[in-house]
Amino acid sequence: MAGAAGPGTGPGAAGGDGDDSLYPIAVLIDELRNEDVQLRLNSIKKLSTIALALGVERTRTELLPFLTDTIYDEDEVLLALAEQLGNFTGLVGGPDFAHCLLPPLESLATVEETVVRDKAVESLRQISQEHTSVALEAHFVPLVKRLASGDWFTSRTSACGLFSVCYPRASSAVKAEIRQHFRSLCSDDTPMVRRAAASKLGEFAKVLELDSVKSEIVPLFTNLASDEQDSVRLLAVEACVSIAQLLSQDDLEALVMPTLRQAAEDKSWRVRYMVADKFSELQKAVGPKITLNDLIPAFQNLLKDCEAEVRAAAAHKVKELCENLPTEGRETIIMNQILPFIKELVSDTNQHVKSALASVIMGLSTILGKENTIEHLLPLFLAQLKDECPEVRLNIISNLDCVNEVIGIRQLSQSLLPAIVELAEDAKWRVRLAIIEYMPLLAGQLGVEFFDEKLNSLCMAWLVDHVYAIREAATNNLMKLVQKFGTEWAQNTIVPKVLVMANDPNYLHRMTTLFCINALSEACGQEITTKQMLPIVLKMAGDQVANVRFNVAKSLQKIGPILDTDALQEEVKPVLQKLGQDEDMDVKYFAQEAISAVAQRLTKLDFPVKDNEEPSAPGADKNHFLRPRGPGEDTGKFVPLMSRHTESERLGWFPRRQ
Amino acid sequence: PPSCWLFCSPLLPSPLTPALSPHRCHPPPSALSTPPSPGEGGEFRKQRPRGTQQGHHLQRNMAGAGGGNDIQWCFSQVKGAVDDDVAEADIISTVEFNHSGELLATGDKGGRVVIFQQEQENKIQSHSRGEYNVYSTFQSHEPEFDYLKSLEIEEKINKIRWLPQKNAAQFLLSTNDKTIKLWKISERDKRPEGYNLKEEDGRYRDPTTVTTLRVPVFRPMDLMVEASPRRIFANAHTYHINSISINSDYETYLSADDLRINLWHLEITDRSFNIVDIKPANMEELTEVITAAEFHPNSCNTFVYSSSKGTIRLCDMRASALCDRHSKLFEEPEDPSNRSFFSEIISSISDVKFSHSGRYMMTRDYLSVKIWDLNMENRPVETYQVHEYLRSKLCSLYENDCIFDKFECCWNGSDSVVMTGSYNNFFRMFDRNTKRDITLEASRENNKPRTVLKPRKVCASGKRKKDEISVDSLDFNKKILHTAWHPKENIIAVATTNNLYIFQDKV
Repeated sequence: MAGAAGPGTGPGAAGGDGDDSLYPIAVLIDELRNEDVQLRLNSIKKLSTIALALGVERTRTELLPFLTDTIYDEDEVLLALAEQLGNFTGLVGGPDFAHCLLPPLESLATVEETVVRDKAVESLRQISQEHTSVALEAHFVPLVKRLASGDWFTSRTSACGLFSVCYPRASSAVKAEIRQHFRSLCSDDTPMVRRAAASKLGEFAKVLELDSVKSEIVPLFTNLASDEQDSVRLLAVEACVSIAQLLSQDDLEALVMPTLRQAAEDKSWRVRYMVADKFSELQKAVGPKITLNDLIPAFQNLLKDCEAEVRAAAAHKVKELCENLPTEGRETIIMNQILPFIKELVSDTNQHVKSALASVIMGLSTILGKENTIEHLLPLFLAQLKDECPEVRLNIISNLDCVNEVIGIRQLSQSLLPAIVELAEDAKWRVRLAIIEYMPLLAGQLGVEFFDEKLNSLCMAWLVDHVYAIREAATNNLMKLVQKFGTEWAQNTIVPKVLVMANDPNYLHRMTTLFCINALSEACGQEITTKQMLPIVLKMAGDQVANVRFNVAKSLQKIGPILDTDALQEEVKPVLQKLGQDEDMDVKYFAQEAISAVAQRLTKLDFPVKDNEEPSAPGADKNHFLRPRGPGEDTGKFVPLMSRHTESERLGWFPRRQ
Repeated sequence: PPSCWLFCSPLLPSPLTPALSPHRCHPPPSALSTPPSPGEGGEFRKQRPRGTQQGHHLQRNMAGAGGGNDIQWCFSQVKGAVDDDVAEADIISTVEFNHSGELLATGDKGGRVVIFQQEQENKIQSHSRGEYNVYSTFQSHEPEFDYLKSLEIEEKINKIRWLPQKNAAQFLLSTNDKTIKLWKISERDKRPEGYNLKEEDGRYRDPTTVTTLRVPVFRPMDLMVEASPRRIFANAHTYHINSISINSDYETYLSADDLRINLWHLEITDRSFNIVDIKPANMEELTEVITAAEFHPNSCNTFVYSSSKGTIRLCDMRASALCDRHSKLFEEPEDPSNRSFFSEIISSISDVKFSHSGRYMMTRDYLSVKIWDLNMENRPVETYQVHEYLRSKLCSLYENDCIFDKFECCWNGSDSVVMTGSYNNFFRMFDRNTKRDITLEASRENNKPRTVLKPRKVCASGKRKKDEISVDSLDFNKKILHTAWHPKENIIAVATTNNLYIFQDKV
């Protein structure tokens, strides 16, 4: 907890005459009330250090009262304080004194910021475990009651989260009181409190005796589920999951299902949305029998709900629902009771619904097997591949691997191609970006011949897209393709095309060549890099556009590690030297960067033992490079410009013969 | 955590992106099928709507069941400068009581919010309830410039709404044309004392003299009221915000501009949902704008919005995530005999307020106040003429732009009396039970406390009786647009241009 602060835990620890060790603590304490939030925050985060220095006695009698009153502070300070106090039991003297921490946490539990309150409640829950049973009833339970009957709803909402931690350890008389308090919060005047109670209902139910669950929790659940505010009703759906797990099938059928059926048909779309959203949890909680009798029909209704939000939420759950059905009879149920509704959704009027379906529908093929997939699902996939909404098509394409496993991608490839081409040329660059991301995956599944024939030209076209993000993604895509198809393929198909662009009149395209080389050099290996790429890069050092020139410098730095020493020494070095004297200051800067990086490499090659040499600072102040050159420096011998890089100067560029 | 509204739902369109919409903030003049007024460069909205409302009271017990006309209204206080020379920034733009009535907030064109607090009742002077004194003043909004659209954003406070009280502090939302802010107003009466390394006055101590650690202690101090901004809800409105309204679920609120209504969570500033959008695909086809919107006081899924065409639409958020389709449309058939060039302008609704009970709503158009039963859409259950005598003056009111003034209206705590403003610093009250009405004047004359206000009469035509004022002598520069009624007592706040008058019933 506060291990760093040393062993001074006794009350006398703060004694000592003019003790040097007091000074840092004194600073920390003073900064608890500094005007700078950051300093206060730092101090609060080291609260354990302060407490350790003060000793348990003074922490209890002085520090905690001070902290109890600091609730006016900024949220982030209060949040940190609430968190610290959860781990403070040891610092106030152990479990016997844990109750001393309740007052500050109680006031934190009433602030208006939800994050702070929640953290205070979390810490209170933590501390409750450290109370003895006696202390729990003497201090903690009264605190819960105080919060539960507080004037402001912030304190009552906080109380809701504390019942479940004190209930199991309380005596039966106190238990009855706690239940009573929880009951009254469930019918509180303010919806905030009812919502808090509804969201803790499941948790509370779990710690109650089964009889109490049936006799008390179920009625509360029923009430909350028919609350006048839909924001409360929708939380009851979540509670339903927890309560259902506690009851036998018969009780479930009699006590919970009527309410759940009602929720699935609620007048408010938000409640129905919640049912759809929690469907898998509900399905697991109620078991297979009720699922078949009740949930499947309910799910069918959700899939054809009048509100698109609900249909989309349900569509998202299609795959999970099917997966979780008992394997026996699963195929029949899906084919007869789910698939007809899915077919409807494929031509839904709302694109979000279609796209939600498209993101999971491919998963059904593994469940239904090859024949069903070809006969029933394939037409749906094909329809979605032709959907007017790009997101739908993308979702299908991004999940192709599921189908590939079952029926092989060939079945789809004829329809796939037009869909891909269309997405590749979509007017929205984000759509183009998305399809590029899937290219390596597609390439792997479709194979190199298909790719070369149909898709290669697309990949090259993206390199000259007018949006930078697309060009960048296209560059990375090439690298992944090379990793997949190998260097020989790269040398024959990709590299020549990339290198041709070095002569493009548009400097942006010339730069793309450089970016491609950066990305490809490693995947292509030393030979291709040295023989094919390097000459082009070096040639471009004479480009008239400064952006191209400094990117040449960057590229040289990037591909340096792949090149051999001779190439570095004979070819790269002179070019970088020249660029180092460029009239453009950015070109100079990046040339110098490259020079020191390459120098490092040469050094290491020569003296492998000097591995721990301090590397040149890559983020060095740019102005260092603007130093005017003196006469005599340009004598053909390289003189590093940066005096602080003494290592490079000494070892760097002087020819070194073995 | 009560983050249960589906703010994570991916489908609802975010209104954050259309902020870049190229359209100007003022709809074109064709919108109301009236010619642009002279000298205004085609800007058709002369004045932004604003409102005082008491829509969300937690309690509706009302002192004095009669209210309104049967009680005698007395002068209580007047706030603001005495001289006639009015600084633009001092013009009051909204007035609002909090839910207990203990606090009264005003906003002005200078972006300031001033909060008055009612003093504890004085036992000796039992004839007068506590006076309202300044509790806190803060600068809520500053003038800004939108560089993307080359638009100046005024600091003027369009609306203030108090949140239901959640702890010892008070919270309110204030908005200008574009940005809504959540403010916390809290009291502090203790401050920490004691440093280790310095004296209380800031002088540093010699660190070597520090032999023991001191923990600061809180000591009582003079009460300090702090206003701190807690949340800023920005970038969601392309047009000017005319209304904000807090939902009875305590966690969401709506904000309405000329063409759209957005739904916010009070704790989430970077996301809001567009629930109504009446912007036509082609702005040339624009025929109506949203003028005001409000949540139902206790049914959390119901809200209404009024339009420049004199209609009110009621929407049910349960039915659908997007509320472009209304569930009820309140509209009164036009009286053909009154049809004129100005019909559409004067039927534009400037304010809509639910009664505390939630059964009725009140709308204000240029000449009248109408009360609607939520269960009857085809006509209002009550109509009160505010200043019918102006009907013959519409032409000159159009010339001087007064016809575009946005008068607000309010209910008393028991929904039995309604109040709204007029010209010449007159304001009107209508008793719904006795059907009696009264005209009173907010004036510095006779402003001794407990002076009973004399009813005023405007002489419409013919011979003017004694004590009557001729229509021609009304001062149209003195208008009362904003009024507020204490939620439980007969105390009203009336804003004239730069003065705030507080009146109460004679006890």
